[in-house]
Amino acid sequence: MINFKYIAELVELAESSKKTIAEVVWGWESEESQCSSDVVWNKMHAGLKVMQDAVRQGLQEQEKSFSGLVGGDACRFTNADTFLGPVVAKAAAYALGVSEVNARMGKIVACPTAGSCGIVPGAILAVGEHLKCDDKVLVKALFTAAGIGAVISSNATVAGAVGGCQAECGSAAAMAAAAVTEMLGGTPKQSAHALALALKNLLGLVCDPVAGLVEVPCVKRNAFAAVHALLAAQMALAGIESVIPADEVIEAMYRIGLDLPRTLKETSEGGLAKTPTGERITEGING
Amino acid sequence: MGVFDIIGPVMIGPSSSHTAGAARLGKMAGTILGEVPVKAVITLYGSFAQTYKGHGTDKALVAGLMGFAADDERIKDALSLAEKSGLEVVFKSSQGDYHPNTAEFELSGVSGKKARVRGASLGGGSIRITSIDGYEVEFAGEYYTLITIHQDKPGVIANITQILAQQNVNIAFMRVSRKQKGAQALMILETDQPIALRAINAMNELSGIQSALVVQPI
Ligand code: SF4
Repeated sequence: MINFKYIAELVELAESSKKTIAEVVWGWESEESQCSSDVVWNKMHAGLKVMQDAVRQGLQEQEKSFSGLVGGDACRFTNADTFLGPVVAKAAAYALGVSEVNARMGKIVACPTAGSCGIVPGAILAVGEHLKCDDKVLVKALFTAAGIGAVISSNATVAGAVGGCQAECGSAAAMAAAAVTEMLGGTPKQSAHALALALKNLLGLVCDPVAGLVEVPCVKRNAFAAVHALLAAQMALAGIESVIPADEVIEAMYRIGLDLPRTLKETSEGGLAKTPTGERITEGING
Repeated sequence: MGVFDIIGPVMIGPSSSHTAGAARLGKMAGTILGEVPVKAVITLYGSFAQTYKGHGTDKALVAGLMGFAADDERIKDALSLAEKSGLEVVFKSSQGDYHPNTAEFELSGVSGKKARVRGASLGGGSIRITSIDGYEVEFAGEYYTLITIHQDKPGVIANITQILAQQNVNIAFMRVSRKQKGAQALMILETDQPIALRAINAMNELSGIQSALVVQPI
């Protein structure tokens, strides 16, 4: 029986069986769901294809969302000269693109939520191109990300309404950081450090979307969080460690989430939503 | 909790509660009506009422009524598709002491059949149906769900469960509600296995049964 409740246990399981986190999580899902490992693999592969399509669509289409607040930035970003390295620039563009697809009612994979759906695909697809790897590596990366997300979700929360944006975009960045670390040959321990570093540095991030829509600040935030995940992975691969272990960071995130006032947890009653511009936009859309 | 609760669902954006959950609510309401709807009056409560335009909640609810799944790319165009297919839709907002993401459907079908369904979107795309035709109910549409309207008298439920037993169908959850003793009652039965059409036909033949209907997991 494969069983883990904490990141430490997941790392231990992987190391003692000389497997990657992805392989452990894949086996775990197959046991839990009582589906063959092929069925589980194919379902994840189907999710990957939706992500790849969303990136493609996101980079091509410039149509605005219903509110008119977002749309077209992924194109703008891709067409501009950039001083960033190609992996970082692609991660940001892809994350923007997927989030814009989400905002204009296109098809995406919640990852872990719809609001944060650009972060994991942005990071892993950009790194995948850098490695020139096939879909197999990317599907595995999704299993790694899913395992991390499952631990966060069962010990804390991935819902903005419960924990603020640190729970959504913070968790997504943590998932992406661990996945990218493993893609680049990092050990399970390094993946754990990467996720701890990523989450730690988004602690306290509030959820204050303008007019209650998953648009401002969400779409651009996906790009920031995708790049943030790459930095966390790069640090972990360089041997930099998080002083606070991953499980304790997750617990801290949860406590901080509970401590946040409700005005900053998806109610649009505080923060950016209550700025003069935010209020003006709200009136225009819902008024 | 499984990996596909984290990497998933595959859905139409922008919001799992206001779009994906709304599509599933609509689909469930349509299935409960049991035929092609021609008119729908949809009342929105709480956050649904406040932010439905920006989240496309209206489109998703109507898409669901037409049988579209939560990942169907036609959701975006659902309102014009409804108009073309002859489904008349009216939206209203109201206040009530319900879950903040609640919608109530008053549906009429092609044959004149009517249904009133209320449900809430709970987040992450999951839903709960809370009322059917004025009966308080509670189910999520994650199992095969049998809905019967029958006379509130001894033996009727036993006859229904016996048919299920004969078909080797295991009951996971069961709930009966009635408005008044001895009058009509509504039963929700969630099962682990699919319920064959012939079992439903047999139930509809039973004395004391007004209607039996199965809703597939959505
Ligand atoms: S700000 Fe709120 S709605 Fe937007 S991505 Fe973050 S948690 Fe989701």
